[in-house]
Amino acid sequence: MDAVLPVMLLSLKVALSATLLAGLSGVGVGLLLARARFPGRDLLDALLTLPMVLPPTVLGYYLLVLLGRNSLIGGWLQEHFGLSLIFTWQGAAIAAAAVAFPLVFKPARAAFEAVDPQLEQAARVLGLGAVAVFFRVTLPLAGRGILAGGLLGFARALGEFGATLMVAGSIPGQTQTLSIAIYEAVLAGQDALAANLVLITSMTCLAVLLAASWLAPARTGVLR
Amino acid sequence: MSLHIDIDKTLQNGERRFHLQLHWQTDARRIAVFGPSGAGKSLLLRLIAGIDRPDRGCIELDGRVLYDAGHGINLPMHARGLGYVFQDYALFPHLNTRQNITFGRYRGLANPSRRVRDPAVEHWLERLGLAGVADLYPAQLSGGQRQRTALARALVTQPRALLLDEPFAALDPALQADLRDELDRLQQQLDVPMLLISHDPEDARRFGEAVLEIRNGQATTRTP
Repeated sequence: MDAVLPVMLLSLKVALSATLLAGLSGVGVGLLLARARFPGRDLLDALLTLPMVLPPTVLGYYLLVLLGRNSLIGGWLQEHFGLSLIFTWQGAAIAAAAVAFPLVFKPARAAFEAVDPQLEQAARVLGLGAVAVFFRVTLPLAGRGILAGGLLGFARALGEFGATLMVAGSIPGQTQTLSIAIYEAVLAGQDALAANLVLITSMTCLAVLLAASWLAPARTGVLR
Repeated sequence: MSLHIDIDKTLQNGERRFHLQLHWQTDARRIAVFGPSGAGKSLLLRLIAGIDRPDRGCIELDGRVLYDAGHGINLPMHARGLGYVFQDYALFPHLNTRQNITFGRYRGLANPSRRVRDPAVEHWLERLGLAGVADLYPAQLSGGQRQRTALARALVTQPRALLLDEPFAALDPALQADLRDELDRLQQQLDVPMLLISHDPEDARRFGEAVLEIRNGQATTRTP
């Protein structure tokens, strides 16, 4: 079991960071797509949904092009902060966030679209500014949908393999997450370790999915 | 209350076009706007509250200019200080009765907690017979209780005028008579100016010190 714990902790760290990243951006983008009318809205939605259907290796390739040392963003980070995302756990978190993103922003958009605009108008007429209305009416009413999406995104980030491997590689103790460790264990013939890791991953994902279905908006309505 | 409206508003929905054009002035403190559904009554109320915006013209209430296209004046809805009772009440489903009524008393980013006791709110809970259901949520209330909660939520902010959109339409006939009496009494005690819209001639008779009858977006009769 000694080999399992560090892998689990690293995976949790990567998956939680990825969920935070995908959660914040997903809620913002979900709100934008639900409320703003602009040309190219459907195209933007489709582009942002691509990570759900693209092979993770393709996504990993894009991220390498985007974040690699010779790229615009990667080069800038390297030059100004001495930061390199490639082959680091932060890089793994970004890869997992990209894969989880559609699972977060899609339900967030649907949840925002389901909020009755009349409730927001009632709050405005009662004297609240737009920001207060967002935090006191819109967000609580969309909360369940957003949380359910966040849990799905977390489960997806935890299971991320392809894009993470491309971006962060498989460095034990640094970027070797659960799913990558399973792959390595099987290759090395460590069947017991692989079985343990598989079991842990399956149970965690099952628990998260149960929580997500319990939170599904249709079942219990709004968050109080 | 003195109300002066001179407005044009065109709504376009695909092929369908609706044009509201009103020019009217009254000094009555109890105004009823009467007409069949689809006449533009709710739109008129939304224009006065600032939820929608006229294409041109001006709206003046009690000597205060709420909207004047010519002078570029458009008071935001949270600054108009009006009480609005929506047709289906628009109670916040994630807040209990007491929190709903307290809602407009706090302008911050957080909703009033379930434990907050505001003397003005407690007063209205007592006065409208809602003390027993203060901890219940809107979905658990009867139609009459919902209507009174919406009324209390508007009145507790001490509005300059009360706007009511078909306040009795969602209630069964026996309850309608009771709540008409109650609103009648309340308005006289508080002496708050009131504008009520209804398709029911009984409401126009009862509350229409001045009556504006509209049909298809145009005024047909006016009294006085």
